[in-house]
Amino acid sequence: MNQPASAYFLEERQDPTETHTLSVLVQNEPGVLARVIGLFSGRGYNIDSLTVSETESQKHLSRITIVTTGTPMVIQQIKNQLDRMIPVYRVVDMTLTGRSIERELAMVKVKGGGDNRVEALRLADAFRARVIDATTESFVFEITGNSAKINQFIDLMRPLGLVEVSRTGVAAIGRGPEGM
Amino acid sequence: MTDKSHDPNQMTGAAMIVRALIDHGVQHIFGYPGGAVLPIYDEIFQQSEVEHILVRHEQGAGHAAEGYARSTGRPGVVLVTSGPGATNMVTPLTDALMDSIPLVCITGQVPTHLIGNDAFQECDTVGITRPSTKHNWLVRNVNDLAKVLHEAFYVATTGRPGPVVVDVPKDVQFATGAYHPPRKSDVHVSYTPRVKGDATLIRKAAAMLASAKRPVIYTGGGVINSGPEASKLLRELVEATGFPITSTLMGLGAYPASGPNWLGMLGMHGTYEANMTMHDCDVMLCVGARFDDRITGRTDAFSPGSKKIHIDIDPSSINKNIRVDVPIIGDAGNVIGDLLQVFKAEAKKPDIRAWWQQIAQWRARNSLAYRKNNDVILPQYAIQRLFELTRGRDTYITTEVGQHQMWAAQFFGFEEPHRWMTSGGLGTMGYGLPAALGVQVAHPDSLVIDIAGDASVQMTIQEMSTAVQFELPIKIFILNNQYMGMVRQWQQLLHGNRLSHSYSEALPDFVKLADAYGCVGLQATKPSDLDGAIREMISVKRPVLFDCRVAALENCFPMIPSGKAHNEMLLPEEATNEATATAFAGGKALV
Repeated sequence: MNQPASAYFLEERQDPTETHTLSVLVQNEPGVLARVIGLFSGRGYNIDSLTVSETESQKHLSRITIVTTGTPMVIQQIKNQLDRMIPVYRVVDMTLTGRSIERELAMVKVKGGGDNRVEALRLADAFRARVIDATTESFVFEITGNSAKINQFIDLMRPLGLVEVSRTGVAAIGRGPEGM
Repeated sequence: MTDKSHDPNQMTGAAMIVRALIDHGVQHIFGYPGGAVLPIYDEIFQQSEVEHILVRHEQGAGHAAEGYARSTGRPGVVLVTSGPGATNMVTPLTDALMDSIPLVCITGQVPTHLIGNDAFQECDTVGITRPSTKHNWLVRNVNDLAKVLHEAFYVATTGRPGPVVVDVPKDVQFATGAYHPPRKSDVHVSYTPRVKGDATLIRKAAAMLASAKRPVIYTGGGVINSGPEASKLLRELVEATGFPITSTLMGLGAYPASGPNWLGMLGMHGTYEANMTMHDCDVMLCVGARFDDRITGRTDAFSPGSKKIHIDIDPSSINKNIRVDVPIIGDAGNVIGDLLQVFKAEAKKPDIRAWWQQIAQWRARNSLAYRKNNDVILPQYAIQRLFELTRGRDTYITTEVGQHQMWAAQFFGFEEPHRWMTSGGLGTMGYGLPAALGVQVAHPDSLVIDIAGDASVQMTIQEMSTAVQFELPIKIFILNNQYMGMVRQWQQLLHGNRLSHSYSEALPDFVKLADAYGCVGLQATKPSDLDGAIREMISVKRPVLFDCRVAALENCFPMIPSGKAHNEMLLPEEATNEATATAFAGGKALV
């Protein structure tokens, strides 16, 4: 989506969009997630993925990882808007740092028998997916990796009897010794 | 175990609220009682340090508090009940958010055990007001109340000011807990607004100003919000640089309208010289303004040849609409002070005589001119007379929203900051009358005038009753053209003159209405009546409703048609039917 700027744009702006992963450190208090999500819906920004969990219970800190898409101007605006919220400590653009690792976990249920079942197991092995539940006619695989790898695995499972998928969304962390 | 009953800091939640107001120096609050705030009203009854102004509708309380805040620089405080009390506050809260006005709104809430049960007069106040406030809180434990109240005042008044809501369930108001006076640890450590600007960027800005050939200073409400010192420093900066200066609607009065460098307001209904100067400048210094769409017109044609310096306390205002070259995050007054110091020490006034000659040519177009009329009162003439007849007095002006608001901004000259209260960002019809009440409460001996329209004023007309009860001698000066003038103007210009529902068939007789409320009604229908009636309005020491009958079909010019650039303004003498049709072609879809 383009920037929600002036009402006076006669033509849609055709600036190229980028996808960025933002790590947001917030005070874990009631309503904080609603504030963040409300900002995105209220100002028309995209959320491609969102994960949130308390990470430091002593200090009541939660870490929100948001994957969003927009023009560079919109991405900058999102970061500024997040940063000015009262319970937000820090906003780090993991994509701009260029030194981050992103991982997602998915559980993938596949149903079938015969050759399909064997093929599913063989592919799971190639993707380092683990079997965490099995019946005579189904598997649940657990797979961890970046989003592209998980997408690829799911696409491969589709013709083999894919039933459903549950994904956590992206979590990200910086490389090296420093914290955010 | 110690006996807590004699500890002076042990008190009920309701008592804490009143105590916190006193600790924050609050002298007046605006509100309306109801079931969920009765314990607080009971505390208010039993003390005399905080005076409560009873309004007739919660929206009135909100706008009154806004007027109070804007005219004093202190936060406005509102107390309303749960449910409808809170939802009626949504408009003023949003208005205050858009215009960066510090408001502290305390709402009652149903008891904690009923929250979420669809109880009587329950609503999700923090959910509803989350996007309308700078921050809000629901207090579930009386021992958190003092901390939250103190933080609420801090958040509302620091950084970019704004409205906050503290939602207090009734059982928390009754419960007893520990109060403490304001202390630093009450505030989130994550909230750290920046006041001082970056020294390197300020040096860079000073160098840009020094080498400018065609500079302009463009200021906004941020200069007013920063306090009177900021306006003083701004005037010094204009003096030191010799630059022309223009301002947004919100920023009027920071630089005096009588000052030699003043270009008038800019934007959609700004002067020709202000908009042309913005369009053709080579260096733009923007202070405490946010490149709003009413200012920029078409963004891709906005001041195409200039380097832009933007001073703002809110980082999210930077590069939101317009890309700038030197962004300086900080308080307007603080940064202007530093910039002025560097400029004086390291630079000298650039020679911009050629630029001033160009500006003089634009000025000569006299873009605010209107034809004189001896038979009907023209609205521009009415404002000019009001301005002339109140000149030299201690006057505060509020407005509603529409044509009258733009004419007031064009024709009433403001010499000082904090004298002009108007709904800029949200454009709230019905703002001006209650805002005038708030101003009059803060300045009981001053002349407070709401320049109103006949449509807007009816949105909050019930507050005349408040004015009478509290003996607030506000003057409601209605430019009565029997239309929603700005709606009608847009319908004429953009919708084939099909005046769909913009005519008020059954206006009240404002003079009789004034009488019914127990205030004074005056009317002027001819230009020859006007001065006498205005003089009478000023001399009356009671609230006045002034029905000023003006030309019905007058349009507000100059105007930048929707979707056009600053140098494509439509001036009054050019606004023939044909030119208007061409200028506005294709602009229908825009706001």
